[in-house]
Amino acid sequence: MKVSEIVARCEELYSDLHLSYVKEWKRRNKRKAIGYMPIYVPRQIIHAAGMLPVGIMGAGDTLEIIRGDAYYQSYICHIPRSTIELGLTGRLDCLDGLLFPAICDVIRNLSGMWQLMFADKYVKYMDFPQNFNESIGGEFYARELEQLREDLVKMGNKPVGVDELNESIIRYNANAKAIKDLYALRSDAPHRVPTYELYLLMRASNILEVSEHTSLVEEYLSAVGKEDRQELDNIRVIVTGVFCEQPPLGLIRALEHSGCYIVDDDWVLGARFIDRDIEVGDDPIRALATGYIKHGVATSSRYIDQEEKGRHLLDRVEELSAEGVIFASPSFCDPALLERPMLQAALSKSNIPYTSFKFGENSGQYQVIKEQTGTFSDSIKLWGTA
Amino acid sequence: MTRDATVQKEQSMVLQKDMIAAHFKRLANAKETGKKVVYTFVPGNLNELIWAFDMLPVHPEINALQSAMRKKSSSYVIEAEKFGHSEDVCTYVKCDIGMLKKGNIGPTGEKLPEPDLLLLSYTGCFTFMKWFELLKQEYDCPVAMLHVPYQADGEKTPEMIEYVSKQLREEVVPLMEKVSGNKLDKGRLRMLMESSARAEENLVAVWESAKNKPSPIDAYFGGVYYIGPIFSAFRGLDVAEEYYRTLREEVDARVEHKLGPITPDGPMKDERYRLVVEGPPNWTSFREFWKMFYDEGAVVVSSSYTKVGGIYDNGFRHDPDRPFQSMAEYCTGCYTNLNLPTRIQYLQQAIDDYHADGFLINSIKSCNSFSAGQLLILRELEKRTGKAGGFIESDLVDPRYFSAANIKNRLESYFQMIDAKRNG
Repeated sequence: MKVSEIVARCEELYSDLHLSYVKEWKRRNKRKAIGYMPIYVPRQIIHAAGMLPVGIMGAGDTLEIIRGDAYYQSYICHIPRSTIELGLTGRLDCLDGLLFPAICDVIRNLSGMWQLMFADKYVKYMDFPQNFNESIGGEFYARELEQLREDLVKMGNKPVGVDELNESIIRYNANAKAIKDLYALRSDAPHRVPTYELYLLMRASNILEVSEHTSLVEEYLSAVGKEDRQELDNIRVIVTGVFCEQPPLGLIRALEHSGCYIVDDDWVLGARFIDRDIEVGDDPIRALATGYIKHGVATSSRYIDQEEKGRHLLDRVEELSAEGVIFASPSFCDPALLERPMLQAALSKSNIPYTSFKFGENSGQYQVIKEQTGTFSDSIKLWGTA
Repeated sequence: MTRDATVQKEQSMVLQKDMIAAHFKRLANAKETGKKVVYTFVPGNLNELIWAFDMLPVHPEINALQSAMRKKSSSYVIEAEKFGHSEDVCTYVKCDIGMLKKGNIGPTGEKLPEPDLLLLSYTGCFTFMKWFELLKQEYDCPVAMLHVPYQADGEKTPEMIEYVSKQLREEVVPLMEKVSGNKLDKGRLRMLMESSARAEENLVAVWESAKNKPSPIDAYFGGVYYIGPIFSAFRGLDVAEEYYRTLREEVDARVEHKLGPITPDGPMKDERYRLVVEGPPNWTSFREFWKMFYDEGAVVVSSSYTKVGGIYDNGFRHDPDRPFQSMAEYCTGCYTNLNLPTRIQYLQQAIDDYHADGFLINSIKSCNSFSAGQLLILRELEKRTGKAGGFIESDLVDPRYFSAANIKNRLESYFQMIDAKRNG
């Protein structure tokens, strides 16, 4: 496939809020599908149970929210409204369950709302440990994973043993490698991998069966190498704060068109949440737990114990030769907005320029943000600082 | 209603005032006396453990609400916003950060000591974690993280209790031993927990007194004073025991004489509406807010906010025979650590048990832990009980979000709604 065809395929998946792919996959395979909210869930277990993991990241800017707004006060972020809208309008009927990872109070409480509003569906709150001692938090998390495995075995009526889990781990390791290659190519040559395209490929990972997604990314990497794309005089930036509610596609384009090459980001972070391969062996549940405990990436919803706050971001800036950081936080997102001053302080100490704005997944006006990031880009180009 | 020129003070009020003053004095002198200071949170706190090490607890949320009641929170919140904190986030956090940036002068006007330990008992609120990460940037001291799992399926499982107990035994206690320089005195811990259980027994009797008509207490506006000692620095201490014994005697006397609760304008005589309230109060205009209720003869017979530190009316008592498991059960059981279906069940039970005419939600802008999902709570409770539900919005400590006229209008309409339901 050509790049344009791959991107068109991803755009189609992105904009299909009725989840046609999921329905077709279920019909073809006669299996179930399990949804999950951001940031991360161990998709390997769902896959090993013969089910399709489906990432739900709100409804973007294409769905008018009518009923969802009736469940939330004005000062709550947007993603739970659109998720409820998707649920109440039947768009998520093809999901047999939904997982709610422990990332903030809003998503946590949404799990209880889902239990009441969709009582016939499987609902699980994934309680991720904030204790990173393997014999304490690791034990607890392994039990959580074991519980998920048992629930899915009952639902799917299919055994999920060591072999099935290892097979799924291998497939997800391959997917993580393809995504790593994609990110590496973008940071090496951002003009060849526009973030708009990378983002759509990442969003496709929410829907597609893992091996199909891996093939698509590999195909993109191969195709994009054959295209001649002109390098622009853009600055290199990292975008952070976008781990849950997602910016509309137009906003991503606006950032790129304002003179910024995005060389790292934290959207669709669940697909690269563990920064190395999960071990294949006799105890895959334990391997998944260890992966989370020992090798999970730094993000706002994960407690930083010993490490200096902001160290991960500083390291990324250095590794990727980024010239600045853009804090893009969803309005009313406590984890992102409470984290922001600490990260900004770390950047200030190291004289790394940054700029900040807030957005909603349904934001319709990008001009102000484009002017802000454009000015940020110009000032770095001209004076090396913002 | 009669309106006394001076606020009526009962013995329990005097006791509470004295114990708070003494505690802040101890804190102000902590460095001279060599006492170690622990900053920690209210929900599911580990007060007995802190006192077993003879350390002094400080609760940032209490400082924030005290600052609000003294009209100081506005400047603290604005100060924090100057340092880059968003207008969207929890105002308790911003009030605390702003207070720190302005010299960390506590509610009594004395400077608070810096912490020797940040005890992050992470229960029922995600923001707590970010709050102490922020404080960690300000203070050169260790952090003990106690992660408390959420009751997502409406129960405390043995695995959850074991997880919390293990953190306590293997990480929290050793760190407290290191910071305090003392080994854990298990005998002292036992005595403290025994005392806690006795105080808890009396507090439950006070809550249950509201089943009487008229209710001798207001379980929200008065209730926030009743929970002061047990949820903050005093649970486990003799003074707390004495406070709850005295309070219970006073309440029993009011029941005997069929008296209503004491308000800032004197005893309330005409009980017209019995309400259950969900959500924290507004602290910046606390008296004005309360007055909107007692002027209309509305008394709160049960509230969820007074269970935010821990729930005792389901039978929980600190158990000295199983200290770590008991602390784990306490942490896990506080109100905002319950899932939405359990919260609804709890409120429904309160509406029935306390013969309420209706329920009211005060939705707080700052507090997603309470507020996210409250509109579903409203619908479900209306459906299940057939009682009138009301919904108002305000904030904890940011006065910009307290609109008195708006809230008063809504309350008046709400009381009319109850009347209409009564009249069929």
